[in-house]
Amino acid sequence: MTTVLFQRARVIDPRNGVDGVRDVLVTDGKVARVSDAPLPAPTDARVVDATGKWLVPGFIDLHVHLREPGEEGKETVLTGCRAAVAGGFTGVVAMPNTKVVNDTALVTELVLSRARDAALCHVYPAGAITKGLKGEELSEAGELIGAGCVALTDDGRPVMNAALMRRVLQYATQFDVPVMVHEEDLTLSAGGAMHEGATSTRLGLRGIPASAEVAMVARDLVLLEETKGRLHVAHVSCEGSVRLIREAKRRGLRVTCEVAPHHFTLDDRAVGDYDTHAKMAPPLRSDVDVRALREALVDGTVDAIATDHAPHGVSDKLVEFEKGINGIVGLETALGLTLALVHEGVLTPRRAVELLSEGPARVFGLPGGHLAPGAPADITVVSPGEEWTVDAHRFYSRSRNTPFHGRTLKGRVAQTWVGGRCVFEDGQLKESR
Amino acid sequence: MRHLLGIAGWRRDELEALLDRAQAHLPGGPDASHVLRGRVVANLFFEDSTRTRSSFEVAARKLGADVLNWSYAGSSVSKGETLLDTARNIEAMGPAAIIIRHRSSGAPSLVARHVKCAVVNAGDGAHEHPSQALLDAFTLRQRWGALEGRTVLIVGDVLHSRVARSNLVCLKALGARVVLCGPPTLLPPGLEEMGGEVTHQLDAVLPQADAVMCLRLQTERMSEAFLPSQREYSRLFGLTPARAERMKPDAPVLHPGPINRGVELSPAVADGPRSVILDQVANGVAVRRAILEVCAS
Repeated sequence: MTTVLFQRARVIDPRNGVDGVRDVLVTDGKVARVSDAPLPAPTDARVVDATGKWLVPGFIDLHVHLREPGEEGKETVLTGCRAAVAGGFTGVVAMPNTKVVNDTALVTELVLSRARDAALCHVYPAGAITKGLKGEELSEAGELIGAGCVALTDDGRPVMNAALMRRVLQYATQFDVPVMVHEEDLTLSAGGAMHEGATSTRLGLRGIPASAEVAMVARDLVLLEETKGRLHVAHVSCEGSVRLIREAKRRGLRVTCEVAPHHFTLDDRAVGDYDTHAKMAPPLRSDVDVRALREALVDGTVDAIATDHAPHGVSDKLVEFEKGINGIVGLETALGLTLALVHEGVLTPRRAVELLSEGPARVFGLPGGHLAPGAPADITVVSPGEEWTVDAHRFYSRSRNTPFHGRTLKGRVAQTWVGGRCVFEDGQLKESR
Repeated sequence: MRHLLGIAGWRRDELEALLDRAQAHLPGGPDASHVLRGRVVANLFFEDSTRTRSSFEVAARKLGADVLNWSYAGSSVSKGETLLDTARNIEAMGPAAIIIRHRSSGAPSLVARHVKCAVVNAGDGAHEHPSQALLDAFTLRQRWGALEGRTVLIVGDVLHSRVARSNLVCLKALGARVVLCGPPTLLPPGLEEMGGEVTHQLDAVLPQADAVMCLRLQTERMSEAFLPSQREYSRLFGLTPARAERMKPDAPVLHPGPINRGVELSPAVADGPRSVILDQVANGVAVRRAILEVCAS
């Protein structure tokens, strides 16, 4: 294992209260020293001059669809990991709605085994709440967690049955893992293709009201309070949801939530002329909701930025809007979109880093997320001022479905280090094989 | 060549010019059978519509075009072909224009982005039905000379109506005031942002209207519980002879058809002196000839 000395980096480590120019020494895959005085370079060390760059805990994405097993044409664990490290992520949580659903240890082990083969970043599988995501019977959570799942979720689908939802919140308390929920009342969203508002009316598309999400958040907070469980609300998209979550946190409920970059960047007008690249679930909401999400990112209501990276093929999007499949890829644009909030003065650099690394690690109890000596050397080096133009054709992801193609972003990943090994540098993957 | 995907995006002077052009295509006007002679106009109808389709077909033939009628029933679409593949296949046959009717909002716009010929929207989902709005405006202009300052009341299921959206945009562009009336469950949000005024009190607004446009109650929506019953709808929003009494004496009644007689419109009103429903149909051919002339020639 190599020794690495990062020199003169702006180290931003929210958990340990660090924000300043430091040298960072990495040995044996772990952070060895963080020093405000220059450190001597050990003889065998690789020395990285990080002047002008940020050195931050590796990003962790709580919400990624790797599509394997079953839809390897869209993404595989390997291609997803490539996209992850290219986006500065050193860990991703893999959603279970693959085609074979991750509702047994066998599937969990398959994903973990593919991740070991990829040898790029940490992959943390999430197990299904219900067998086959059918919303009927609880899957064997104990087995799933034993095999390595870090959370339970039927993501992509809500748990419509309130009694079942109550039971899983209760049941999961024995493992102390979060129950992650996709909040959507299907009776309210039925037939909807985008956010219900002036744009859906103008386009003549059936709308999905904000209440489809907010009503379910409200229901689950009631159940959470009763069960004393742990609830993680995925991809929160609207003002009503953050208001309820903020209030529940204030009252001490164990609720956390994440927001996706597209939801704090775009509003429903991005659908424009029926652009299926702006079609996702939950849908892009109103400008009022976007503002509310930004406030919630600032005030601590939101715990993590998560991409909901959802790769799809060209033919899934090159269709009538109503037929278009939901979802966009997000791993390779997350940093740039988050830093846009920093450049706009909405977020401090420290808060942005917290939302990408420390927050997600804390919420799901994952290793990493900080840089104290002894912590895993999962590190992202950022060029905060570097401008670049998103070119979907150059994504490492196997899919290209993004509404941000052609957009100029400021802030780019310079290097990604996982366990003290450089896996991405200067736009190139450093694969070990 | 240009597309007609909706009224939105057309300037007032362009709309006026198109309506002026339609004037010349009324019966008795100059012979226009050379305009599209030797050209092909393709009717691509993914949804049943005898009226609009026939109207476009007659319009195309009167301009001298050959008409290719394509219907989704029993077509390659039922074998899984995508909309774009279908459109590209039709395009390969070299039409001057593709007229498209589709149940999905935005379908003509998708096709227009991927073919080289003109695309005319003949109704897409709940989005737009521009030729209908133009023929409605034409019919009103025929009566009034100009739409400036007139109040048009649109009554009924605005939520599911492409006719209402196109008319709202078109009438506003031509200077009219547009009031939309119906039960709250059938009036979507954002109509004010499109320039409309919204009310649920039909009797209160009827006296202000210079024209009343009734929308077809889409009875297939009843199962989704937008309304308690047809009976109640008819009672609250049906244009009965008694209600028509409240209208200005010379205010016409329009309907895009087909009518649910006795639901949104009483037979006595539909067939009465106020009704301009058959004028709308007749004007439809002239307006569509003008559209094809502008878009395809």
